[in-house]
Amino acid sequence: MKKIEAIIQPHKLEDVKEALKAIGIDGMTITEVRGHGRQKGHKEIYRGMEYQVDLLPKVKVEMVVPDARADEVVRTVVGSARTGKIGDGKVFVFDVAEAIRIRNDDRGEGAL
Amino acid sequence: MPYRFWFALLTPVLAMAQAAGPSPETRLANLEAAVKSAQSAGDNAWMLVSAALVLMMTGPGLALFYGGLVRRKNVLGTMMHSFILMAVITVLWAIVGYSLAFGEGSPVLGDLRYLFLNNVGAAPNADYAATIPQQTYMVYQLMFAIITPALISGAFAERMKFSAMLLFSVLWAMIVYFPLAHMVWGKGGLLNAFLGGKIPCLDFAGGTVVHISSGVSALVCALYLGKRKSYGAEPMKPHSIVLSVIGACLLWVGWFGFNAGSALAASALATSAFVATHFATAAAVLGWLLVEWIRNGKPSVLGGISGAVAGLVAITPASGFVKPFPALLIGFIAGVVCFFMVTVVKGKFGYDDTLDAFGVHGAGGTIGAILTGVFATSAINDGLKDASGKVLPLGLVDGVPGQVFNQAIGVAISWGLAIIGTLIVLKICDVILGVRVTPDQELEGLDVSMHGEEGYNLES
Repeated sequence: MKKIEAIIQPHKLEDVKEALKAIGIDGMTITEVRGHGRQKGHKEIYRGMEYQVDLLPKVKVEMVVPDARADEVVRTVVGSARTGKIGDGKVFVFDVAEAIRIRNDDRGEGAL
Repeated sequence: MPYRFWFALLTPVLAMAQAAGPSPETRLANLEAAVKSAQSAGDNAWMLVSAALVLMMTGPGLALFYGGLVRRKNVLGTMMHSFILMAVITVLWAIVGYSLAFGEGSPVLGDLRYLFLNNVGAAPNADYAATIPQQTYMVYQLMFAIITPALISGAFAERMKFSAMLLFSVLWAMIVYFPLAHMVWGKGGLLNAFLGGKIPCLDFAGGTVVHISSGVSALVCALYLGKRKSYGAEPMKPHSIVLSVIGACLLWVGWFGFNAGSALAASALATSAFVATHFATAAAVLGWLLVEWIRNGKPSVLGGISGAVAGLVAITPASGFVKPFPALLIGFIAGVVCFFMVTVVKGKFGYDDTLDAFGVHGAGGTIGAILTGVFATSAINDGLKDASGKVLPLGLVDGVPGQVFNQAIGVAISWGLAIIGTLIVLKICDVILGVRVTPDQELEGLDVSMHGEEGYNLES
C-alpha cells in the first residue's frame, strides 16, 4: 500500500477532490497547513510594525491506496492541482506498513 | 329692596365665584413646576442613556478593541482588564470615590460628605446639574471613572499580573483620578473654570481627566514593566482586527454619551457637542488614512479605527466649546499627529506601549486640550459668566489668547500628577505583589496562566 501526500493550493482542492472521485478514490484526509517552497510571501504592516509573512496557507491531502493504483492516483492529483505557477505544491509517496479498518478489523488492502 | 334681599341674591353668586377654580397665581405656579418637571424628565432620560453609553464604551467597546489587538493567548486576559474594572471601580466609587471627586473639600481633593453616597439621591445638586437627580450625576461620572484605568491597560497588556492590576487600579484611582477629577470638575477645584478654579481650564468631557491621565500613566507603566519578551524579534500581530473594528465602532457610538452627555442636559449644547464629536472623528479617520496611504502605500483598517479613536480623544475636551468646522480641523490634526506618535516616535524611543495608549490617548488628549484653548468660543458655550452675569469670552478665537496658556498649565498638572502618582502606585504594587508575570506565564499566555481559560475552543 502507498500513502499519497499532496500539498496543494487551497483553491485547487475542489478540482482535486472531483478528479479523485471520478477515478473511484473517495477516502482522503484534508488538513489546512502553512508552508512554502520557492514561493515568495507578502508584507503586512500593523501600526507601523512590518511583518514579512512567508508561511502561506496550503491544503494537505492524504490518502492510502493499493500499490497497483498509486501511479494513477499521483497522475490524477498532479493533473488536477496544477496551475503552472510557482506555489502549486508537491506530492510525496510513502510505503505503508499496515492498514486496519476500525469498525470491523479488516486488514491490508481490504481495509482501504 | 331691603339689603337682606340683595345679600340673599349675592351669596350664591359669591360662592360660585369661589368654586370656579384656583387662582391664576396658583395655576401659574403649577405650570412652572410642570415645565421644570418636563425639562428634568428630558434631561434625566438623556443622562441615563448617556451613562449607559459610556459604560458600553468600556464593555464591550474597549474590551473588544484591545482584545482584538493582542495575541490569541492573551485575548481573555486583556478583555478582563476592562471588564473587571466595571465591577471594582463601581464599588470604590460608591464607598468613597464620588465623594473624593465631587464633595467640596479643598481645591485638590473632595471631602467625605458623600461617603457611602450619603445624601446622594433624587434631589439635584445645583452646583453640578440642577435638573437631574444627583444620583444620575453620580452614576454618570462613575462610568468615566471606570473607563479611565481601563485605558491604561493597553500599555501593560500581555504581561501584567492580574492581582497587581487590581491593586494598581484601585490605588491609581485614589491617588490620580479622584484628585484630577476634583480639580477639573469638582466644586472649588483648582482647574475648574466654571466653579471657582484659580487656574481656569476648559475641559468639557475629560481630555485631561481621562485621556492625558491614562495615556501618560500608560507610558510610565510601559517603561516600568519593560517590553514583552521577544518584542521586536518575534511577530506579535493583532489576532483579530475584526474584534477591534467592532470595538472601535462601539467606542464611536458610545462617545456620544461621553461628550454630548457632558452637557448634563438634553440641550442645544448637547447637540453641539454631539456634532463636534462626530465631525472630529470622521476627519481624524481620513487624516490617519491619508498619511498612511501616502507613506505605506496601503490604507489599513487598523489605521482607520486608530484614527477614529485619536479623533474622539482629541475632541473630548473641546466638544462643548467649539464650532463644527474647528472640530473637523482638531480631528484631522489628531489623526495625523497620532499616526506619527504610534508609528515613528514609538519605534524611535523603543518603548513597548503595547496598544498605543500613550500614542493615542496621551498625545491625542494633549493636542485636544491645547486646541481647546484656541477654538473655544462663548458663541457655542455661554456658561462662563462674571459676577454680574455677563457671558465671558473663552478661547483664542474669542480674543483670549491667554486661555491657551491656562490649558497648558492644566496639561502640565495632569502630566505631572499622572507621572508621579503612577510611579508611586507601581512601586507599591511591585513591592507587595510583583507587577509582571513570570517569563513562563508570559509565554503560556495570560488566559491560561492568570485565568485558567482559553479564549477560543473552536474544536469543541
